[in-house]
Amino acid sequence: MAGSPEKYKDRKKIQIKINDEDLTVPEGITILESAHEVGVKIPTLCHLDLHDLQLYNKTASCRVCMVELVDGGNQNRNKLVPACVTKAYEGMTIRTDTLRAINARRMAVELLLSNHPNECFTCPKNLECELQALAEELNVREIRWEGERMDYPKDFSSDAIVKDSNKCIYCRRCETGCNEIQTCGILSGIGRGFNAFVGPFANIPMVESSCTYCGQCVQVCPTAALTEVYHVDKVWEALNDPDKHVIVQTAPAIRVALGELFGMEAGTIVTGKMVTALKRMGFDAVFDTDFGADLTIMEEASELIYRIKNNKTLPILTNCCPAWVKFIEHQFPELLHVPSTCKSPHIMFGTIAKTYYAEKNGIDPDNIVVVSIMPCIAKKAEAKRPELTKDEHNNVDIVITTRELGAMIKEAGIEFNSLPDSEFDRPLGETTGASVIFGTAGGVIEAAIRTAYEWMTGETLENVEFEQLRGMEGVRKATVRIGDQDLKIGIASGLGNARVILEEIRDGKADYHAIEIMACPGGCIGGGGQPYHHGNHEIVKKRREAIYEEDRRKKIRKSHENQEILELYREYLGEPFGELAHKLLHTHFEERERI
Amino acid sequence: MASTRTNIMVCCGTGCLASESEKVLKNLEVIAKARGYAEEVQIIKTGCFGFCEQGPIVKVEPDNVFYVRVSPKDAKDIIDEHIIKGRKVERLLYMEPNENERIKKQEDMPFYKKQLRVALKNCGLINPEDVYEYIALGGYEALGKAITKMTRDQVIDTVKRSGLRGRGGGGFPTGLKWEITKKQESDVKFMICNADEGDPGAFMDRSILEGDPHSVLEAMAIGAYAIGADKGIIYIRAEYPLAIARLNTALKQARELGLLGKNIFGTDFSFDINLKYGAGAFVCGEETALINSCEGKRGEPNFKPPYPAEEGYWGHPTCVNNVETFANIPSIIMKGADWFAAMGTERSKGTKVFALAGKINNVGLVEVPMGITLREIIFDIGGGIPKGKKFKAVQTGGPSGGVITEEGLDTPIDYDSLIERGSMMGSGGMIVMDEDDNMVNIAKFYLEFTMDEACGRCGPGRIGTKRLFEMLHKISSGKATMADLDALKQLAYMVKDSSLCGLCQTAPNPVISTMKHFWDEYVALVKDEDHPQGEGRYVPKNKIGMKS
Repeated sequence: MAGSPEKYKDRKKIQIKINDEDLTVPEGITILESAHEVGVKIPTLCHLDLHDLQLYNKTASCRVCMVELVDGGNQNRNKLVPACVTKAYEGMTIRTDTLRAINARRMAVELLLSNHPNECFTCPKNLECELQALAEELNVREIRWEGERMDYPKDFSSDAIVKDSNKCIYCRRCETGCNEIQTCGILSGIGRGFNAFVGPFANIPMVESSCTYCGQCVQVCPTAALTEVYHVDKVWEALNDPDKHVIVQTAPAIRVALGELFGMEAGTIVTGKMVTALKRMGFDAVFDTDFGADLTIMEEASELIYRIKNNKTLPILTNCCPAWVKFIEHQFPELLHVPSTCKSPHIMFGTIAKTYYAEKNGIDPDNIVVVSIMPCIAKKAEAKRPELTKDEHNNVDIVITTRELGAMIKEAGIEFNSLPDSEFDRPLGETTGASVIFGTAGGVIEAAIRTAYEWMTGETLENVEFEQLRGMEGVRKATVRIGDQDLKIGIASGLGNARVILEEIRDGKADYHAIEIMACPGGCIGGGGQPYHHGNHEIVKKRREAIYEEDRRKKIRKSHENQEILELYREYLGEPFGELAHKLLHTHFEERERI
Repeated sequence: MASTRTNIMVCCGTGCLASESEKVLKNLEVIAKARGYAEEVQIIKTGCFGFCEQGPIVKVEPDNVFYVRVSPKDAKDIIDEHIIKGRKVERLLYMEPNENERIKKQEDMPFYKKQLRVALKNCGLINPEDVYEYIALGGYEALGKAITKMTRDQVIDTVKRSGLRGRGGGGFPTGLKWEITKKQESDVKFMICNADEGDPGAFMDRSILEGDPHSVLEAMAIGAYAIGADKGIIYIRAEYPLAIARLNTALKQARELGLLGKNIFGTDFSFDINLKYGAGAFVCGEETALINSCEGKRGEPNFKPPYPAEEGYWGHPTCVNNVETFANIPSIIMKGADWFAAMGTERSKGTKVFALAGKINNVGLVEVPMGITLREIIFDIGGGIPKGKKFKAVQTGGPSGGVITEEGLDTPIDYDSLIERGSMMGSGGMIVMDEDDNMVNIAKFYLEFTMDEACGRCGPGRIGTKRLFEMLHKISSGKATMADLDALKQLAYMVKDSSLCGLCQTAPNPVISTMKHFWDEYVALVKDEDHPQGEGRYVPKNKIGMKS
């Protein structure tokens, strides 16, 4: 009973039998959940149970988990049932090892393969593909059903997500996530019968839809039907252009996830190895987006205090997350005055790189290429937003994901696991604990509070860890006492949860001062560009623990104590939230259609 | 009706309408009026008589004369000869193909002789657009009885004891379904009528809705009372415009008379019905797909459990019954469970409507008691095979069923005996094949249908039906090997075993049953160079990306 999920703990116990093994299980448990108790592994494909996120894909549609339900003595009345959704009942007898069940499972995969492109070698999901893994696991040696295959053009319309419907196995995980967790409703079943696949309404190009590019669909897609736009080649090209000064910045959530791509435990902190690898790959400077995060806090905390003191619009909403920004633009255009106007940390960093850094080092900004390594797919599209280009150049030129970085390190032949540690370059490399926690839900607001507290009270904040702002819930509400004022904080991760808070604000029912919103459940650590968790959300939790560990290791844990940031303001920007800062570090939003 | 001497009933079901019965009706009216007989003769637009092969049908009462294949220009003779001069129009009388005598009375016609009409009792008898005609024949009496004189449990008990089983195909006991829905604790429940008839060739639900719409409304109200629902939905395919129009008329009339709406018959029972239109997807006849479609979602099935009775329309307990099932209810309430249970076999009570089609003389709609043999239906009622050809097989249960051959013709048919024979009752489609039909092509015909109509949700349904079809195509094109036949058989059983819902679980039945009964025809297509078994070539409806 050890592994039985929490949700059944108060249920009545019943007796069932799986492959002759007697088993006591709680009523209501599925055969799939029970089977591993007796050492039986039932393969699955469409099934997805991310209970932390309340994301359950129960379509029971792939039929890869069929097992035989034994009916008393009459073998003719036995039938096959899907283990993922069939619930155990008293006296139930299940066989997973009959020829009928084995054949059904294998043929289910065989049928899927008969309508799947034979291009594993060149597929972006090669060796990460769940269908490919199943073919091996279920011993598929031939495909006897050669016939017509789906033949749809790939959708490269967006700057973030590639949709290859020919690889869609119609598991509907993406659709469930897009509708039930993110409440965006972009992806849904299209067509009928053999021609069915998942896509936006009427199969319009992704770029024309209201997709936020959060990438949670990419994160759960078992095949390569949904992947990120691949930018690795652009980075190699820049690195090999002698005229270009290529600098790279890495988001806080990368360092706690990158190791997974090299067989390390989830939650292993690989900051030093990552910096070494980037230097060996030939980047002219290796910086940290955490610097941009500290800068964001300087601006955002200033804006918060300004809004509180001058009775301006409250709450203030953080807007580090580009998927969330696109969400509010499409879904709540009437609330566009509410978010902070700050650019996101990596865009701020890009701006500083092409102004302050360029001037200081005497480099023509035209020759600077800024590469962002992000746990995120939406950042790719963010970097292309017209208002975020300056002097006709993108502030950030190329965005690649954690996964793409892993691929580049492998391609470069770097033995990542045995690399020594290195430090980020200076001067844009000093960072604080406050900026590290940007990588997890609640981190941005906690970092902002660390600074706002000291600025508003003039006192030193001794305990910087605000436990009330930490947790994996989708919506968290907390109060922080600052001087004689109670600051009401809201934290939402996942766009469905964001919608709840936004509706409160729209209906005038919210009395928050500040709200942090992240599109991905758990924040950037669970981002669409992170190594695939393959349905195991424990991985994301471990990354989160590592983020807080990294914060604790930092000597400086408040953004406004970052000496290089202070120097930046002294030498170049002037006052936080001042004129030049406003020009360079702030942006605006636009109303978008809801499709 | 009382003041008139003669009633002329003109079938205005979809089949007869297509053969200009509306013009016949108009002409009869104009000519009767011109001859000064407008007061004496009432011309009535009725629902389907069932004998569609011979349409348009015109029946003259009380003379009990049955005219067939009446064209608009025949109206003159019917008025001038029959009505005015009292002479039957001989050339319009039905002639039995095997005999040379014209038959004038409906009950003497072999097509009607063995029929027993319960669900279709008013079809072809009343004007479906006039609620008073329905009431005159006892309509809404059952509803009155149920809600004023019977408890909810008594209604359920009566239906249970009657032995009525779902006529949509599954054969689930109706009373039990009502009981399960009634037991659910919920303030909001729904009664849904499944009018998404989709089997190729089956049109019994359409005929009932076109010919006797009030019987369905009345039965839905009775069921709603029993299960505790105050809202009903009729899910009907938009391709049934006439049925929709007549339902809308019927709903309006029923509401005006207080037979639907608040406090029906002065009781505290209130019930009203909305129509929801389907876009004609076959899978939407599956109850969970139907409910999804009603909710505006994609029409595809969900895994059961939970059953609709537990979690149905918008999560509320919902009872879904088929049109024909409902049409039996008023009679059961009025005449009692025992009367109904006296008809049929031990486990299948009452009657069943079948749509006869294919290689059969009397194409049409027939209602027969359960337990009748296929031989009686095909040869006595259906008039046998045209052109003296030899009977080969009959497909029951539409695309979900299988073929039954000569040896099964004398089995008394009911839900269970058909399943034992590898077929099923289905909604009552019955397609007869003669010696010229190639059975591989028959299987292919049905597979093409299910392949097109599969929703795509589950892998076996989405890809399996496609591969079955492609394999059948390969076989009928003479390009298959014996190994392919083996693979086809395996795949057929896998799709049957593994599909998510009834549509694709039963889709391989035509393949499995034709392979069982006509294995030699499959083998011949593999081994014989000149395919002696028939057409051999089959031109698929859709391009399937293969050269044949």
